[in-house]
Amino acid sequence: MAEKLKVELVTPYKKVLSEEVDEITATGALGEFGVLPGHAPFLTSLKIGELAYKKDGVMVHMALNWGYFEVENDTVTVLVETAERADEIDLERAKAAMGRAEQELKSLTPEDKNFRIQEAALERALIRVQVVSKAARR
Amino acid sequence: MANLKSIKKRIVSVKNTRQITAAMKMVSAAKLRRAQENVVAARPYAGKLAEVLERLAQSQESDASPLMVKRDGGRALLLVVTSDRGLCGGFNANLSKAAERFIKERAGEFKELSLMTIGRKGYEFLRNRHTVRKHHGNIFSTLSYQTAALIAAEVIEGYLAEEYDEVYVIYNAFKSVMTQDITLEQLLPVAPKADDLEEQATQYIYEPTKAALLDELLPKHIEVQIFKSLLESLASEHGARMTAMDSASKNATEMIGKLTLIYNRARQAAITTELMEIISGSESIKG
Repeated sequence: MAEKLKVELVTPYKKVLSEEVDEITATGALGEFGVLPGHAPFLTSLKIGELAYKKDGVMVHMALNWGYFEVENDTVTVLVETAERADEIDLERAKAAMGRAEQELKSLTPEDKNFRIQEAALERALIRVQVVSKAARR
Repeated sequence: MANLKSIKKRIVSVKNTRQITAAMKMVSAAKLRRAQENVVAARPYAGKLAEVLERLAQSQESDASPLMVKRDGGRALLLVVTSDRGLCGGFNANLSKAAERFIKERAGEFKELSLMTIGRKGYEFLRNRHTVRKHHGNIFSTLSYQTAALIAAEVIEGYLAEEYDEVYVIYNAFKSVMTQDITLEQLLPVAPKADDLEEQATQYIYEPTKAALLDELLPKHIEVQIFKSLLESLASEHGARMTAMDSASKNATEMIGKLTLIYNRARQAAITTELMEIISGSESIKG
């Protein structure tokens, strides 16, 4: 495996990642997808979801919040609002946020303006918990 | 001697002022470094996003997004980014004046012009002269992307409701610690850089569709633009304050030197007079 993907992950606050990886998977607008070296040029939006990449046989998991994913010439550019590595996530906080969002959702109707906001909060919390548990299993 | 005492008092007071300005300079220097780091950190994101936007916008002639369509209603919105606090030299005054100039110059073009001010100083200057639609104060101490996103959402909402047809932003761009560049940019409608006609070398796979991606990306673009101008303005503010406080400290030092000179002269004069009195007194006793 001589070929590698060059990954750059940037948020408005900093460049989170700039590494050479073997493969990368993420959650796109139409579902999860994986990218290996030699992929065709590709541009998609990302949903709140998980990003995982493999480097030297080690999987690293991250929780992402809204963004873009671009592949060109084995260079992957990921633009996201927030990105957290599994070891940066506060599991207790995520679980608390999950409970809170669930509570809120119960009292709201889908027409409510806050419904979407709470739903997104729930999604984010779920992904965080998921990412942490995946990283722990490894 | 009353005179001596009053000079002494002034020296002490100038010294106190110098202490304050020196401290403010140090604080600004520390904050400047942080703000500068943030500006640099935000650049790759803004740059990449602009790249993606350009690529998407290029072959997108039909059914363009409402945020890209030019309307000729002639109503404009100007975002004026200043600071909340003063004591930073001509930072706010220059920007407010530039905004004023812009309004005057383009008065013929626009039927109506309203303002959105960010930062207290600009608001206070402009509120009595023009219609300020909305003011955002006190955002710089806890500046985050969310703040910019909120402002952007407001701007876009008004734009889509056709309350105004063009949106501009004016802010101090950070050139160096010493210099700020007053920059005027058009936010809406989004005008991607002129299409270079050369055919694109690579054909992209778009998911879900190009139009959907563009629709999502445009509001992001506005957010990033606003975030960038806020960051730049903040860094400039600290730079301006640092320079202003530095020269204030220098002036204070100079003034202390002058006052000390005057004080010493007055003291010497007093001693000389006293001596003269004593000598002439003893002379008269001898005689």
